[in-house]
Amino acid sequence: MQVPKFWREIPRYYRLEAGKCDQCGKITFPSRLVCPECGSREHSKVHLSGRGTLKTFTIIRIPPDGFGDQAPYAIGIVQMDEGVGVMAQITDCDVDALSIGDTMITKFRRVREEGKTGIIMYAYKFVPDVGV
Amino acid sequence: MVGIVGYGTQIPRYRIRVEEIAKVWGADAPSYKRGLGLNEKSVPAPDEDTATLSVNAARNALLRAGILPQELGAVYVGSESHPYAVKPTGTIVSEALGACPHVHTADLEFACKAGTEGLFITLHEVKSGVFPYALAVGADTSQGAPGDALEYSAAAGAAAFIVGTDRLIAELLHTDVFMTDTPDFWRREYTHYPEHGGRFTGAPAYFKHVSGAALGIMDKAGMKPQDFTYCIFHQPNGKFPVQAAKQLGFQEAQWLPGLLSPTLGNTYSGSSPMGLAATLDVAKPGDTILLVSYGSGAGSDAFIFRATERLTEVRGMAPLVRTQLDEHRVFIEYGTYAKFRRKILKAE
Repeated sequence: MQVPKFWREIPRYYRLEAGKCDQCGKITFPSRLVCPECGSREHSKVHLSGRGTLKTFTIIRIPPDGFGDQAPYAIGIVQMDEGVGVMAQITDCDVDALSIGDTMITKFRRVREEGKTGIIMYAYKFVPDVGV
Repeated sequence: MVGIVGYGTQIPRYRIRVEEIAKVWGADAPSYKRGLGLNEKSVPAPDEDTATLSVNAARNALLRAGILPQELGAVYVGSESHPYAVKPTGTIVSEALGACPHVHTADLEFACKAGTEGLFITLHEVKSGVFPYALAVGADTSQGAPGDALEYSAAAGAAAFIVGTDRLIAELLHTDVFMTDTPDFWRREYTHYPEHGGRFTGAPAYFKHVSGAALGIMDKAGMKPQDFTYCIFHQPNGKFPVQAAKQLGFQEAQWLPGLLSPTLGNTYSGSSPMGLAATLDVAKPGDTILLVSYGSGAGSDAFIFRATERLTEVRGMAPLVRTQLDEHRVFIEYGTYAKFRRKILKAE
């Protein structure tokens, strides 16, 4: 990923910045230019709470380049409390103990780095909500 | 009146026991445990570093402070393991919290004292009226060379404090400092692991500066050890802070709530700040707290706080230190530890 492309996504990656339709109130993540519900182009910025329920997940055992030392790891879609689905890596967990319906919270984590000399990319990941 | 408005911590879930490290290097675990007063230490996950721990601790501090991130006038991150050699950790932390762009940001370094450097600066900055609120974080993912005594203690964790003049949970009563040029521990540029002076890190370094700062602030405040409800001294291991406390005339009940190193290890810049956070987790309104940090090189910052009524109202809004430290731990073997700490790398 190029630096400017990552930089443009920082509000979403770092702070879960979403869009809320001024017309019908639908929340979109990533924020959409046109509301898929009512077609309005008027949006406000909102931040997701970071809490939700695990809707589905898969376990990556053959990882892509740059993730070799993390396998096996889980990728999941979490139904956030605001009603929108968000996909991210699930970390700090026993992948074989995950269950659909688990309560998840987001944590700020490293996602990848561009080699030994490039930038470090940070973003949200999910962790099971165990109160720590 | 100035003081702490909110506090929060983050401790990684992974742990490695002293026995596991000693087994690999053929060392005698019981003598290490006895000599250092350590049983286990925290280990950061591969996707955790000083920036991530700082952000997650600061978010907990914001929950307790009850302020908006945009109200922060300054963000300071003290660490000796900043992810970049050149690019401030504070920029990442400020952006992740939503404090940008009108926020003064700096990364601080002073070995294990960098966390209280930020606390010292923010307290006096806010007191002088420059900013209404400011954030100070002490965080580290410290490394010890394989087989070195430091490998048994070098741990990871972060503590964050939001400072202000209203909504106080702990009022600042006094500060003091004690600093000299004492080369007890260092890391040269382009080297991966620090070196230290062995026993030289004790009497002329840690004990001289910790007791110097503690005696200095007690003299300034006109207070004696028995006037404090709690005390926290920097925790490079489980032995030094207890020895220092005893030498100064404190009792076990005063240091026990803030003593985390036996099962946490030394979180360097996060060490004494995390001890303060653990103490705030149990303190009652009116309790007086002495905090003395120590950073090799060498110096100590000292603070006296008095807990307010609001502390008990906000305590439950974020995880307690003991919850993060004692619950849901995942113990790992040395091989996993070596991978997590990038001592061994998978061929790409």
